[in-house]
Amino acid sequence: MNAQNIEQFKSEYSTEQLIEVYRQMLRFRRMSEKTAQMYQQGLIGGFCHLYTGQEAVLAGTFAECEKGDDHITSYRCHAHALACGVDEKEVLAELTGRATGISKGKGGSMHMFAPDKGYWGGHGIVGAQVPLGTGMAFYHKYMGNQNICVTSYGDGAANQGQIFEAMNMASLWGLPVLYVVENNVYGMGTAAKRVCAGELHQRGAAFGIEGEKVDGQDFFTVAEAVKRARKYILENKRPYIIEMDTYRYRGHSMSDPAKYRSKEEVQAVKENRDPLIRIYDCLVDERGVKESELKEIDNIVKANLKESVDFAVNSPLPDAAELMTDIMPK
Amino acid sequence: MTTYTTTYRNALRDAMSEEIRRDEKVYLMGEEVAEYNGAYKCSQGMWEEFGDKRVIDTPITEYGFTGLAVGSAMKGLRPIVEFMSWDFSMQACDHIINSAAKTKYMSGGVVDCPIVFRGQNAASGRVAAQHSQDFAGWYANIPGLKVIAPANAHDAKGLLKAAIRDDAPVIFLEHEKLYGMENEMPTDLDFTVEIGKAATVKEGTDVSIIAYSYSVETAKEVAKNLEKDGISAEVIDLRTISPLDETAILDSVKKTSRAVFIQEAWAYASVGDSVASLIQSKAFDHLDAPVEVFSGERTPMPYAANLEELALPQVDKIVEKIKTMVK
Ligand SMILES: Cc1ncc(C[n+]2csc(CCOP(=O)(O)OP(=O)(O)O)c2C)c(N)n1
Ligand SMILES: [Mg+2]
Repeated sequence: MNAQNIEQFKSEYSTEQLIEVYRQMLRFRRMSEKTAQMYQQGLIGGFCHLYTGQEAVLAGTFAECEKGDDHITSYRCHAHALACGVDEKEVLAELTGRATGISKGKGGSMHMFAPDKGYWGGHGIVGAQVPLGTGMAFYHKYMGNQNICVTSYGDGAANQGQIFEAMNMASLWGLPVLYVVENNVYGMGTAAKRVCAGELHQRGAAFGIEGEKVDGQDFFTVAEAVKRARKYILENKRPYIIEMDTYRYRGHSMSDPAKYRSKEEVQAVKENRDPLIRIYDCLVDERGVKESELKEIDNIVKANLKESVDFAVNSPLPDAAELMTDIMPK
Repeated sequence: MTTYTTTYRNALRDAMSEEIRRDEKVYLMGEEVAEYNGAYKCSQGMWEEFGDKRVIDTPITEYGFTGLAVGSAMKGLRPIVEFMSWDFSMQACDHIINSAAKTKYMSGGVVDCPIVFRGQNAASGRVAAQHSQDFAGWYANIPGLKVIAPANAHDAKGLLKAAIRDDAPVIFLEHEKLYGMENEMPTDLDFTVEIGKAATVKEGTDVSIIAYSYSVETAKEVAKNLEKDGISAEVIDLRTISPLDETAILDSVKKTSRAVFIQEAWAYASVGDSVASLIQSKAFDHLDAPVEVFSGERTPMPYAANLEELALPQVDKIVEKIKTMVK
């Protein structure tokens, strides 16, 4: 598939739309940063996987998806919840294990779901979301829907055998699934290049599934690729793979001091390839948006976030009776 | 009520076909289920009738197709997944347990997974260690799953229809030695057998013999042998293993004062041991003897005919033991 001229693609986005994109990415970033703080304060327990650095992948993907599309991902799922339209309050209440959480405090950091918004989690077994997402695409084909399932997984997950099993069936049965490999360079502490042979976007080649690798730090590049991929999937009744070249700023989860990489490496990405800086610069330099306006957006995002945190920490813990509910359908 | 008589194997086929006709969301998926009509011919004629959309041959990728089916169930389809043998579910149990069983809870109740996993379980005869294991206890251990193991054709049909209509993920354990068994059952398209209810196969007063799946046949034979010695055994067929019909078990034991459990599975951490523990904690004062659990020997299943026989619960040994309990 040939990429569209990126300048022309950019021009299809109005300044208002781009400001909204910026606001969304800022929400992902600010919430991630906030949860890191809350974790250190002991308000969040267990594992907590942050999304800082990868925001353009989500923003670009969602910008070109349609209502009725499904989204499924790993445990690195908080920003995904926001992207699907879950209330920030419910995400933070879940992270703090409260009754008002999106999963009533029973799922936690790695397990959030909102089926009515096309948000299917939130999965803690590396790679498991891939056959599940392929099954959701199977549903769309079965029902004759013009929708896709965006199935995201990491560079580490990419080595799971179940992914190849799923891709074989997706290709064989022509399922409308977009595989998004979020290659953030590391699994937990193991660099992708130390465990992955070959190219991740070519992993479907043996099954006849096409793929491409794009700059996951650039909103427009991601959005353009997803737009084309979605059209291709529905028109050709074929799955497709996009490998997002991205980077995570924080450790794998909150307990990771990230000794397997240098500070300089992280700093270089923050300075040269930060997804927020890119969209910010585009808005200011190319669209003439005032920096004060963007500052004001940040202030509002932060104020809303503060309200959400207050809501979460002031929410009650789940009732003891909740222990034994939601195990079986009634 | 009109009835018909058919085999356990065809009863399963009829249950699936009736439910596929009734509900457009129901489909069957598995290895060899379509064109080949099933490795054990449990889907005879279904592909011909329903075609590729509803009866789907999968590649030999248990982990992958189980996950795919679970994902489609979360979206609202109602898959029936056939494992050629439950031994092969080991490659798929991650999706059965971590995805199908737990997601309802993890999602605070908003994600259901209406799916049936079915296939041949335990010792079909001379197929050795990797094709003979009884998985009842393994899956019964998991909250969020229902586990069913019918012992006759009537229950196979009624319980499978109930399982397909149930919104929970259901483990449905069949037995090869029962596939040819013929029984009478209603023709009514809404005939189901309630999940979670045991059945009294034979009434008796001296001892309760509790079993599931093919071991119910063993229990019936034991009971017949005991009759010659004037011992009256009650035979209880669990039918559903999880949720367990505690009332039926306890009522029977309170009446007979003695309990024996028969299972092909290994004893340690098994259904039989759990039932024994239940009886001992809730009906202790009624017992005239310790509860005895007869299980498969704690060894991988041997191939040689004589060794295989020795590895499975044996009628003679059980009869002898019960005689000493009743004396
Ligand atoms: C089956 C399984 N094995 C191991 C783990 C532990 N684990 C959790 S995340 C992770 C690394 C995954 O890396 P990647 O797929 O690149 O995703 P990322 O965390 O970078 O988003 C590992 C090994 C797990 N959760 N599940
Ligand atoms: Mg990674």
